[in-house]
Amino acid sequence: MAIRQCAIYGKGGIGKSTTTQNLVAALAEAGKKVMIIGCDPKADSTRLILHAKAQNTIMEMAAEEGSVEDLELDDVLKVGYGGVRCVESGGPEPGVGCAGRGVITAINFLEEEGAYEEDLDFVFYDVLGDVVCGGFAMPIRENKAQEIYIVVSGEMMAMYAANNISKGICKYASSGGVRLAGLICNSRKCDREDELIEALAAKIGTQMIHFVPRDNVVQQAEIRRMTVIEYNPKCNQADEYRTLAKKIIENELFVVPEPATMDELEELLMEFGIMDEEDTSIIGKAVETA
Amino acid sequence: MSMDKQTTQAMIDEVLEVYPEKAQKDRAKHLAVNETNGEGKCITSNRKSQPGVMTARGCAYAGSKGVVWGPIKDMIHISHGPVGCGQYSRAGRRNYYTGYTGVNAFGTMNFTSDFQERDIVFGGDKKLSTIIDELETLFPLAKGYSIQSECPVGLIGDDIEAVAKTKKAEIGKTLVPVRCEGFRGVSQSLGHHIANDTLRDYVLDGTDPEAAQAEAGEYDVAIIGDYNIGGDAWSSRILLEEIGLNVVAQWSGDGTLTELENTPKVKLNLVHCYRSMNYICRHMEEKFGIPWLEYNLFGPTKCEESLRAIAAKFDEKIQAKAEEVIARYRAEWQPIIDKYKPRLQGKKVMLYVGGLRPRHVIGAYEDLGMEIVGTGYEFAHNDDYAKTTPEVKDATLLFDDATGFELEFFAEKLKPDLIGAGVKEKYIFQKMGIPFRQMHSWDYSGPYHGYDGFAIFARDMDMTLNNPCWDKLTPPWKQEKDSEAAAA
Repeated sequence: MAIRQCAIYGKGGIGKSTTTQNLVAALAEAGKKVMIIGCDPKADSTRLILHAKAQNTIMEMAAEEGSVEDLELDDVLKVGYGGVRCVESGGPEPGVGCAGRGVITAINFLEEEGAYEEDLDFVFYDVLGDVVCGGFAMPIRENKAQEIYIVVSGEMMAMYAANNISKGICKYASSGGVRLAGLICNSRKCDREDELIEALAAKIGTQMIHFVPRDNVVQQAEIRRMTVIEYNPKCNQADEYRTLAKKIIENELFVVPEPATMDELEELLMEFGIMDEEDTSIIGKAVETA
Repeated sequence: MSMDKQTTQAMIDEVLEVYPEKAQKDRAKHLAVNETNGEGKCITSNRKSQPGVMTARGCAYAGSKGVVWGPIKDMIHISHGPVGCGQYSRAGRRNYYTGYTGVNAFGTMNFTSDFQERDIVFGGDKKLSTIIDELETLFPLAKGYSIQSECPVGLIGDDIEAVAKTKKAEIGKTLVPVRCEGFRGVSQSLGHHIANDTLRDYVLDGTDPEAAQAEAGEYDVAIIGDYNIGGDAWSSRILLEEIGLNVVAQWSGDGTLTELENTPKVKLNLVHCYRSMNYICRHMEEKFGIPWLEYNLFGPTKCEESLRAIAAKFDEKIQAKAEEVIARYRAEWQPIIDKYKPRLQGKKVMLYVGGLRPRHVIGAYEDLGMEIVGTGYEFAHNDDYAKTTPEVKDATLLFDDATGFELEFFAEKLKPDLIGAGVKEKYIFQKMGIPFRQMHSWDYSGPYHGYDGFAIFARDMDMTLNNPCWDKLTPPWKQEKDSEAAAA
């Protein structure tokens, strides 16, 4: 079977890296061969799998060696829990250089070096919060990720972000084969969160593939640089990730999204009581004048 | 051939037919029939080129590094970015200078930060800083550095201003960060402006206006906008000195940083290339009260006009000397005209150059009895066209940012005996069998400025135009006739 390449997007801080690594651990546990490619200069997409603070990144090593051509795949590819292969693109410190170019360079390097081996079942790209430039859209260009999962919660800004990312997918869906494969709800314990995300998914034309409840065991595992699957395989949360993994293995709903307009999105939020009916009389008024 | 306005307009209409509607509408604004009374159509200029056409324009980096900053010989100009911009612009403009290259002059050398993938990703600031340290060790006599930004520097947001500031404090030399990324503006013209602004902010800033003018000698002048191509500034300087003026600075051909710094102490700025350096002249006029005058030393008629206009800004002593000089050189240039005019009389010339010469060289051709049938600029602005209109005859074709297609079309219609343009046009027209001279680099000849330059100019035009090789090639319009004749 061909390699299924998936990219995980979502608002910054939503829990993309944690969700991805727990999901990947569950897939590995189920016997799947998986590779994670961290596409974020912070390089924290593989620490739970590798039990490491931060992995040596492709760009960091390339800078040390002189250029990316001087690198070998073995220098940058590490194998962690369950045989999961891990790479981090890496990139500059905040405020300098071009992190987007780092992602492009790193992914090109991996392709040229044959990191996408035939025996792989899944490749997961864990991408920085917003698709700020072409570089961060690299994982969803032609011949890369075909499936996109958006991590979202019932918070307003997370939903805005999910909708915006769908807009980005539309652009690449029209020129290539990339499809939206579902929303993963990483619960923040908001009211009626599951219904809300279901409604949002329906609006965009996709599905909420799974509702991952909030559980402190995730944090306890993180402190130990472990996934829940490895730290406490018998807990409920581990089963939640296993269910998510199973649903993704069986997933067949891949769509070109139909992003909601701003008005539609706000209507939805009002319907669920997250946002009040707009009171235009208060717009632009400071405390003292209001 | 005398041209009439209807014929010229008909030619413009015909060339426009090939374009799709939108492009046609745009290009129509850039083509005009000259009316010397200034009542003709106002030609549109300094706009974005049409996508899909061949344009001869350069970029902002070319305008800053290649034109304005590059010729300043005792500074090192670092092309910050990938290697190509610096290498392909190295020494190509023939800005002559004296000095020991690699010791106290650096004009023909290429200094670049040679960006690699990692410099893009991690930023090039540290590398820039290291380069300056290395240059300090290798070339301790360099008077300062300019940092010429290539495109990626602007995209990744390298803080070259911060590096310049730190290094300046460390080594105590002039360090000029120039934001001339190639994608800025529509042509090299914005690069000139950006370069002028940095000259103002990093070289002239801090000069006390009153103290500077108090020190100014009575006859001190600066040559502005002469890049000493093939030695042009030198052959101009001779004349200015002969009429009694003291040339304090050359901007920027064969120029030094010290000369630039001393320019606020002159009485008059003499500007040759108005397009690329009017900005700094206006600044010096405003801040230091220094008047400026555009002059033209192509051909004896313009030389005489200009020398008189310059002398008129000074006292009778200078004016008398100017007349002496003019009279003396007549004996030199008259024999040149006597020799070449009979060989060139009535020949038609089509020009397409940068931002100055399409109007400035007209006088020199006319002195040789030649006629300008079409002229245009790559990157001129409105004021340049306003100055061009009175220089060419009625009904002459004017074109702005001409496309490759238009130039070839005009050449076939106007049938010029000589085309003067750049290296991008040269081989096309030569293959068409049309005599051609490069009017940017003087085709590896020069100087063309001043009386000395005119002798070379006349010789070059004659040896190109009357070269027997052209008879071996058939221009397209003759080819058509031949094939028609053969068919008949």
